[in-house]
Amino acid sequence: MTTTGGGPATVRLAGWGFRHASRQAWALRDVDLVVRPGERVLLTGASGAGKSTLLRALGGLLEPESGDVAGELTVDGAAPDRRRQRVGMVFQDPDSQLVMTRAGDDVAFGLENTGTPPELIWPAVDTALDAVGFTLGQDRATAALSGGQKQRLVLAGALAPRPGLLLLDEPTAQLDPEGAALVRAAVVRAVADRSATLVVVDHDVEAWLPLVDRVVELLPGGGAAEHPAGWRPAPLRLPRRHPHPPGEQLLAAVGAGYTHRGSVRPALAPTDVALRAGRTLAVTGPNGTGKSTLALLLAGLRAPTVGEVVAGPALTPGLRHPHRPPARWRAGELARRIGTVFQQPEHQFLTGRVRDELSLGPLRSGAGAAEAHAAAEALLDRLGLAPLADANPFTLSGGQQRRLSVATALATRPRVLVLDEPTFGQDRETWAELVALLAEQQDDERALCLVTHDAAVVAALADDVLTLGHPVGVG
Amino acid sequence: MSAPLSLGPARPVPLSAVNPVAQLTAIVVVTVVLLICGDLVTPLLLLAAELALLPAAGLSRPADIARRTWPLLLSALGITWVNVAFGPLEGAAAWQSGATWGVRVIALALPGVLLVASTDPVRLADALTLHWRVSTRFGYGALAALRLVPLLATEWESIRLARRARGVDAGRNPVAGARLLAGTAFTLLVGALRRAARLATAMDARGFDSGVVRSNARGSVLRPRDGWFVAGAVAVCAVAVTASVLTGAWHPVFS
Repeated sequence: MTTTGGGPATVRLAGWGFRHASRQAWALRDVDLVVRPGERVLLTGASGAGKSTLLRALGGLLEPESGDVAGELTVDGAAPDRRRQRVGMVFQDPDSQLVMTRAGDDVAFGLENTGTPPELIWPAVDTALDAVGFTLGQDRATAALSGGQKQRLVLAGALAPRPGLLLLDEPTAQLDPEGAALVRAAVVRAVADRSATLVVVDHDVEAWLPLVDRVVELLPGGGAAEHPAGWRPAPLRLPRRHPHPPGEQLLAAVGAGYTHRGSVRPALAPTDVALRAGRTLAVTGPNGTGKSTLALLLAGLRAPTVGEVVAGPALTPGLRHPHRPPARWRAGELARRIGTVFQQPEHQFLTGRVRDELSLGPLRSGAGAAEAHAAAEALLDRLGLAPLADANPFTLSGGQQRRLSVATALATRPRVLVLDEPTFGQDRETWAELVALLAEQQDDERALCLVTHDAAVVAALADDVLTLGHPVGVG
Repeated sequence: MSAPLSLGPARPVPLSAVNPVAQLTAIVVVTVVLLICGDLVTPLLLLAAELALLPAAGLSRPADIARRTWPLLLSALGITWVNVAFGPLEGAAAWQSGATWGVRVIALALPGVLLVASTDPVRLADALTLHWRVSTRFGYGALAALRLVPLLATEWESIRLARRARGVDAGRNPVAGARLLAGTAFTLLVGALRRAARLATAMDARGFDSGVVRSNARGSVLRPRDGWFVAGAVAVCAVAVTASVLTGAWHPVFS
């Protein structure tokens, strides 16, 4: 079977459902859907509604032993595992999709797998790179690309065998807004001629609306509903703000900058900034200007290579060495004063149960067992995590993990909270929950530092905004 | 960490003109001779030949050479020292035995350094799958996995920092330090396995190992110069062994 030709594919689901092995409930049920050749469909639904599972099924990637199937699902009239060569897929994380070290070789990978003769491969690679607007050349090292460019390349690799069906599973969830726009532009270009049917799942529904013909929502109780033309998602729920006058200064960076060992260019140019009780500072700016580095300095996790980070008198009582900078505090002392939420929640989890995860911080920073237990229970209730108290943190959904990681930072009741991209890749529901949770922290007179690309979160929460830029003459 | 492990497209150097499988054949020849010989003359001569190839592999600046070989030099020094300090011999004999071991280790490992410095990993996978019939599943699977290695270094650092932020550190307690290290390594491993699973799914989705006979876009050509390269390696080994026998130093380990 050759890979060229065939045209756009037809997708047909009739009463289709799937239940993961070892689960009681069906992940998807009674889904009826027909996607006609060349159509562009955006698939929405609450977190856990089975969007990714459906895409995998369409791609023929669900192993028969991974669960039970009900109803019928066909691509061009046949089971999807017999149509694998007709399907191109793009997933979330670009780093776990690239195989080769050079851009051109990577796009060629899929063509090689279908046994395409070498003399036909390179013209097809050129066509695919052109289709996504990748202009950096075939010899560019894949490791040196930005996230958006990597994902563009992944898309070119999926397009090169000229699939009749293109499936995109959260293709922009791990990208900054610039990279996400780059990828969406590439998709528009690639499917402009309607040579492939398109099914997209993405957390950022609004951005995809102008690019698709139909929006289909997977319903929680089973089934799928078609949204009418002109449908828009419900507006973001914003918390009521109670602006606070600037309180006492808790933490400040004074000319603080950071240069990695062995590097000439600083990761963060010397920066002055102050965090005050009850106030929220948003740190924004393009990639590579040191936003995350500044967060690590303020969080006391790295020592600045120039300048200093100073804790105010309100933050230092009880320290064994109050004159020392936060980067030299003991971890237990630090966790009780400055809480940090990382971009990847999974890096922060240390135990096998949600409940233990919440009591660990208090225990480590000197609280008694009873006190730690009480703090954990209170947080479980307040964040709606109580039903999951005995679950393993690694098995939670992305949104639940994110809420838990914020909760673990709050468990030690720190006065300062540093958050790196807290709303990154979250759907609207989780977004609203997080923003509400953070607004509560403002009312508790905490100082917040938000590193973010998300303009909506800045508008919802920030009192002050620090925009980092590239120093003149660099980058 | 990243310099010896970094896996970008290697920039072409004169030695890159030799097919990777020819280089590997030459390495096998040299390795066999080095494993048999027990004297100092043979490995010294082979080492001299290998050093002469360094510039052809793009390694002529001392800093570049040091960057690629420091772990090797360190282990050779360690082996020499252990032999001198704890070996059964004493005095000059101990030093000669130690030096023999050290030189052998360097001469054994340096061809590998030359191969890595001159060979693009993709070309290596191409050559192995096309000429030696190594399974494409293994060849390109390993290649894809290797790409992820540099990411581990970044991830290690952020897991370490995340633990400190959670209030977990070892202080000056070495037992707590060891446990913390083990915990960090475990989290890193879990993350690596999850990423590997995602990579496998993505490769599946791109039709990898689907039963269709794979083509190769780049190809891998064996030229006469590859034969000459192997012949050269055999000749150098013959000269080294002859010189060793003639000087009376020859002393194979299995005699």
